[in-house]
Amino acid sequence: MAKLDLRGVRKSYGSVEVIKGIDLTVDHGEFCVFVGPSGCGKSTLLRMIAGLESITAGEVAIGEEVVNAIPAADRGLAMVFQSYALYPHMTVRQNLSFGLENIQTPKPQIREKVEAVAKMLQIDMLLDRRPKDLSGGQRQRVAIGRAVVREPNIFLFDEPLSNLDAELRVDMRGEIAALHKRLGNTMVYVTHDQVEAMTMADKIAVLRLGELEQFGRPLDLFNTPANLFVAGFIGSPKMNFLQGRTDADNRSRLILDTGDTIDLPEGRFTQAPGQAVTLGLRPTELQPDPDGALHAHVGAVEQLGSESYLYGTFQNGTPVTVHNPGQTTIRPGDKVTLTAKSTAMHLFDTETGLTLRA
Amino acid sequence: MSVATQDTAIRTGRVTRTFIYVFLLVFALFYLLPFLVMVLNSLKPLEEITSGNMIALPQDWTIAPWLSAWSTAQIGVEPTGLRPYFWNSIKMVVPAVAISTVLGALNGYVLTKWRFRFDTILFGLMLFACFIPFQIVLIPMARILGELGIAGTTTGLILVHVVYGLGFSTLYFRNYYAAFPTELVRAAQIDGAGFFQIFWRILLPSSGPIIVVCVIWQFTNIWNDFLFGASFASGGAAPMTVALNNLVNSSTGVAEYNVHFAGAIMAAGPTLLVYIVAGRYFVRGLMAGSVKG
Repeated sequence: MAKLDLRGVRKSYGSVEVIKGIDLTVDHGEFCVFVGPSGCGKSTLLRMIAGLESITAGEVAIGEEVVNAIPAADRGLAMVFQSYALYPHMTVRQNLSFGLENIQTPKPQIREKVEAVAKMLQIDMLLDRRPKDLSGGQRQRVAIGRAVVREPNIFLFDEPLSNLDAELRVDMRGEIAALHKRLGNTMVYVTHDQVEAMTMADKIAVLRLGELEQFGRPLDLFNTPANLFVAGFIGSPKMNFLQGRTDADNRSRLILDTGDTIDLPEGRFTQAPGQAVTLGLRPTELQPDPDGALHAHVGAVEQLGSESYLYGTFQNGTPVTVHNPGQTTIRPGDKVTLTAKSTAMHLFDTETGLTLRA
Repeated sequence: MSVATQDTAIRTGRVTRTFIYVFLLVFALFYLLPFLVMVLNSLKPLEEITSGNMIALPQDWTIAPWLSAWSTAQIGVEPTGLRPYFWNSIKMVVPAVAISTVLGALNGYVLTKWRFRFDTILFGLMLFACFIPFQIVLIPMARILGELGIAGTTTGLILVHVVYGLGFSTLYFRNYYAAFPTELVRAAQIDGAGFFQIFWRILLPSSGPIIVVCVIWQFTNIWNDFLFGASFASGGAAPMTVALNNLVNSSTGVAEYNVHFAGAIMAAGPTLLVYIVAGRYFVRGLMAGSVKG
């Protein structure tokens, strides 16, 4: 059983703190994705789990064992690197065998394991080639194979797909997800791409500036983001944000900076009268509606046949994106009114950025 | 590196091309001329040289000067030829080059892949070794060799050359390994390889070009060194360069120029050989270092 526990984990380089106290638990067999913009500390955190970076404070535990002082090789982990990090002078077979040789596995057994893994990843015909003779996707498979062959308790992936082209990335995404199903291991996966996070993860940890912004299931993060950052980061296209203030006399009445006024649903949010708030509306939840309360000016229209995007601005210049299924008759330059279902509204305190959900 | 069939944007005509090759050929011959004179004169009897035919081909081809220089010529007071001193030089240069290259590689590995506080400062200090003039260290070095009890021996000379060579070999390897992907080292760490295993199985196999550069550089410097050889290993332990000097200076009566020429070519031979065998890699290695920083 390989549960991964982070307890108050911190990392400092000199006086600069890059990981500011992270607590989370990845249960056995879960696929956990660390996601965040570059510089958020997600890769550093992964390397701390791997044992490639020292831990300044707090504890990392694998299973029930605290591994802070245990060297990388003895933590029972395997890691797939962004650059694949295949040993250039070794053949694929030697690359796959290297880790097993280091733990004195008998030769016939190495051979057997390497061949089984190669077959599973469909790289068995590449075993005698060197990395430079492989395509990007093949290298990626070898890198994954090198991790799989060691039969680790936990797999670590450090942005493994970012060097692949878009099409291959979608393929490999599916393969890694399938691999996870088949092996049933715990996996920790770092990416800056929220689509990867949403499609692959059992649990997502959203990180920003070394802090854990939210940790939960993908749809929970999508449906109930804890703050403005998570709301803006998860979901594509990005959520629309509208600044405003609740009426001083009627807290259900929201006066937006765009000049529009809308009514907030009763009982869903804990806003105070006269509070500065930010309204969040997903592009998919906004609809053109002659009776809509939000007035916008359409700047560009993208028709993809089965879906269409409107890009425009509200009266005060705030940008807005609308994403609807089907085709539309709206053209650039049109003025439209938009409406949103009250159940799809997100409300945040503008000052703290935290959700005002009741 | 240029390839003979390289198709450049600039089209050079046949005339231009011919001119370039002739020009290059003339210069190559010009630079080879002194060596040619040495070879020719080492293969003729002394009378032909003393009668004034320095440039002419030998009328009477002979390898006697070579045999004499190798095994019977007077070196100082002993008629031993250059042979024992040649082996002295080999016994000095092989371990000194090997040790300074291996230590330089280890230094480069640690300075780039196992970073620690003040590592750049330490590297900077090591670089000073490249700029210290030989003469300054003669007296302190003599004292140290005396204290260690290896003054006047080949072992002592090896130590001196290793210490002196470390600055350069560290510089070479550090710059080469700085461009070596650190993720490979991390991957090997996770794969359970230890400090020396990573060095041996991951870094060294990829270090071919820089090893060649380092070996050529160290070999040439150490083989050609005269000052340290003359200062710390005179007498029976003297290296080839010192012996050559003694050969030239200790002629009894007539100066045997043909023997001197033969001895000089012998002294230059090993470095020449190293260049011819590994020269290609030398250029390649230097390029790799300079391009990748």
